[in-house]
Amino acid sequence: MTTLKKITQKQLFLPLFSMVLVMLINMIYDVAHGNPFYNFFTISINSQGILYGRLIDILNRGSEAAILAIGMTLVVSASAGTDISVGSVMSLAGGVCCVLLAGFGNVNVNSYAVPLWVGVLAGILTAGLCGAFNGFLVAFLKIQPMVATLILFSAGRAIGLLLCNSAIVYVNVESFKMFGGYTWIFPTPLLITAGCVLVTALALKFTALGTYVQAVGINKDAARISGYKSAAIIFLCYVVCGLFAGIAGITATSRIYSADTNNIGLNLEMDAILAVALGGNSLGGGKFRLSGSIIGAYTIQAITTTLYALGVSSAQAPVFKAVIVIAIVTIQSPVVKAYMKKRKAAKQLESGKEVHAS
Amino acid sequence: MTFPGVKALDHVDFTLRKGEIHALMGENGAGKSTLIKCLTGVNNFEAGEIHIDGISEAVRNRNTLDAQKHGISTVYQEVNLCPNLSVAENLFIGREPMTKLHTVNRKEMVKRAQKLMNEMNLPVDVTRNLDEYSLALQQMIAIARAVDMECKVLILDEPTSSLDDSEVEKLFNLMRQLRDRGVGIIFVTHFLEQVYAVCDRITVLRNGQLVGEYPIAELPRVKLIAAMMGKDFDDLASIKPEGGLHGGTESLIDAQGLSHAGKIKPFDLTLARGEVIGLTGLLGSGRSELARAIYGADKAQTGTLRVKGKEVHIKHPIDAMNLGMGMLPDDRKAEGIIGDLSVRENIILAMQARRGMTKLIPMKEQEEIADHFIELLQIKTASRETPVKQLSGGNQQKVIIARWLATDPDFLILDEPTRGIDVGTKTEIQKLVIKLAQEGKGIVFISSEIEEMLRTCNRLAVLRDGAKVGELSGEMTQELVMKTIAEG
Repeated sequence: MTTLKKITQKQLFLPLFSMVLVMLINMIYDVAHGNPFYNFFTISINSQGILYGRLIDILNRGSEAAILAIGMTLVVSASAGTDISVGSVMSLAGGVCCVLLAGFGNVNVNSYAVPLWVGVLAGILTAGLCGAFNGFLVAFLKIQPMVATLILFSAGRAIGLLLCNSAIVYVNVESFKMFGGYTWIFPTPLLITAGCVLVTALALKFTALGTYVQAVGINKDAARISGYKSAAIIFLCYVVCGLFAGIAGITATSRIYSADTNNIGLNLEMDAILAVALGGNSLGGGKFRLSGSIIGAYTIQAITTTLYALGVSSAQAPVFKAVIVIAIVTIQSPVVKAYMKKRKAAKQLESGKEVHAS
Repeated sequence: MTFPGVKALDHVDFTLRKGEIHALMGENGAGKSTLIKCLTGVNNFEAGEIHIDGISEAVRNRNTLDAQKHGISTVYQEVNLCPNLSVAENLFIGREPMTKLHTVNRKEMVKRAQKLMNEMNLPVDVTRNLDEYSLALQQMIAIARAVDMECKVLILDEPTSSLDDSEVEKLFNLMRQLRDRGVGIIFVTHFLEQVYAVCDRITVLRNGQLVGEYPIAELPRVKLIAAMMGKDFDDLASIKPEGGLHGGTESLIDAQGLSHAGKIKPFDLTLARGEVIGLTGLLGSGRSELARAIYGADKAQTGTLRVKGKEVHIKHPIDAMNLGMGMLPDDRKAEGIIGDLSVRENIILAMQARRGMTKLIPMKEQEEIADHFIELLQIKTASRETPVKQLSGGNQQKVIIARWLATDPDFLILDEPTRGIDVGTKTEIQKLVIKLAQEGKGIVFISSEIEEMLRTCNRLAVLRDGAKVGELSGEMTQELVMKTIAEG
């Protein structure tokens, strides 16, 4: 009883619980269809020599959302606001990268106009610049995060489209497909995500980044008096968020080796925000757990993949997704948590009274 | 009722008679607030019963609305009414008189509100917005609202902390008036004077337990303090070392003509090692603002500042910290604690800022520092990992003091370090200030209590209307200080 209580009170309990729930649905579905229950977890190496399986697919497809969730977690924690421009910035980063690689004005090339690394770096730095723009508005001009990032939310994608001359720019070179393809037996996006998570986790572990961000997020004024440059830290978080959006953008572009500006990263900012919330992090800022957000991101992808596996059409899927999200978010809400706690206390009180009476 | 790791209230009996003013006394964390929260249904309690009017059936208040139905009303230190509504609307919020058409009958509401105000001798125009009146009047309006709701028990939780003397007197008159009407009043305060001015009986709590219930005549001041602290009362006058404090020769701070538009007019101030200089003046006279201009909390716009003989330009608190300064701000909640972070994280906060983001203090060192200060300052906390917001006010204050001591500053600004803190902790903090000065640190001490300043400071700077108007040293008396505040 007490160990169970200890486990359920951990911050990561609910995100993990949600994920396990999604997996269970998968297992039940498999069994109902006469497959072995472990079907969902089966990982095999297919004829092309790469890892294959539903779990791998989730990890692969969820990469962009997971990368975005890292930056979003920092932004939410430090500024108690969200960066809704990340999806749009992804698209812009992909556009800049492809236009440079293809050469301005070309729409379909088989060789690079500039070295690959120049294109990729330019894409990521453009996204970083977008982050700096957002950060400047929020941290120094004190504009509400939602409003500040709304500018690039609508403009970012449009600038990308303008750069691409409103066309889809194809870069048909094998080395460019690498970021969205496979490295040895692993999907490269999975490795990129792992790299991003690792770098951030190490920064949190071996520098005081976590203390800085959380102190500013919880009480800006107190942090300032204690020697923290609150504005600079908020600015930094937006820049980092932008850089991660850039990395996610390059990954998404590489998957389809083209800058499909209209569709890359579409609505993905919402997944990233949801991932942070699903991870048990307060959107009101302050304390955060990176691992929660990452689990949250993959949970969202798991829900999507499961729905497709269950035969729900892509047009209907968002409806079911919404229902599941409502359920998860409701059990995590402070009101429900407080209610459960209160009910438990009342029960204990009642049972205590009975013991007393007897 | 238990708080994490600490039993907040342990089998306490409390009786309130009809038509009496009953003081509830105890140090921070003694369980006063918890007892009140149990009575008013804010907190659930685990054992015990509440009886009202001697009825044998126990009452259980699940929330404050329940409590109000049972005739228990509370008025807190922070007035929780709506400042942008009119006084009449505030008085009748949730129970507005209605017309036949089920709309609010404004005429009737205003009429009844004005009658209520007149009855209580409050000079208030009920059609004006609440925030047009002083905090004291707002508090009395809150009391009037409670009284009009036919309350039998009125709980006043630290109602006088932000009132001046004449306002306090008005509040007391109102309290006596209500007492004579048969209302039982529970009065929570840190000011001993006020207890003796207005109360009939006293209940003392300590560490969540009942110490005793006394008629006021049987409990002289010294005994009350002894009961609250559980030990004999230190003679407060004797905390200064023999022969007083003497500033060293090395100048720490030399400010010439610093100012911040609209907050503090140009001032000069010097501070040597081993000195405690007090900033005194009425609330809003620029005491805090002067200190903030030196520290860079509000950047100084004119003048020059020399620290240890060198001219410096402070743009941000971190610059001041790197020069060996620290500042405990007066608003603990807004600028002091980082509520969700643990005691440990709050203690190492300033130290970490000085080291910079890339040089994380190793966890082991953090824990040692936290444990050291929890022990040294006797911070009452369940563990060093407890979120600081769960601590009582006095202990939160100690955490912030620990935060600055951890940076080993040469120069410390303490802005109202003892506000809202019980007598025992107050003395501890005062002694600490003297000790720090003896170690060769320079201290700027700001307090609303002149007596406290006289006990700890060896020099006083007097402020009025945003300007420094004089300095006092040597033999200082309360009268002299008051005279200087008044006349300059």
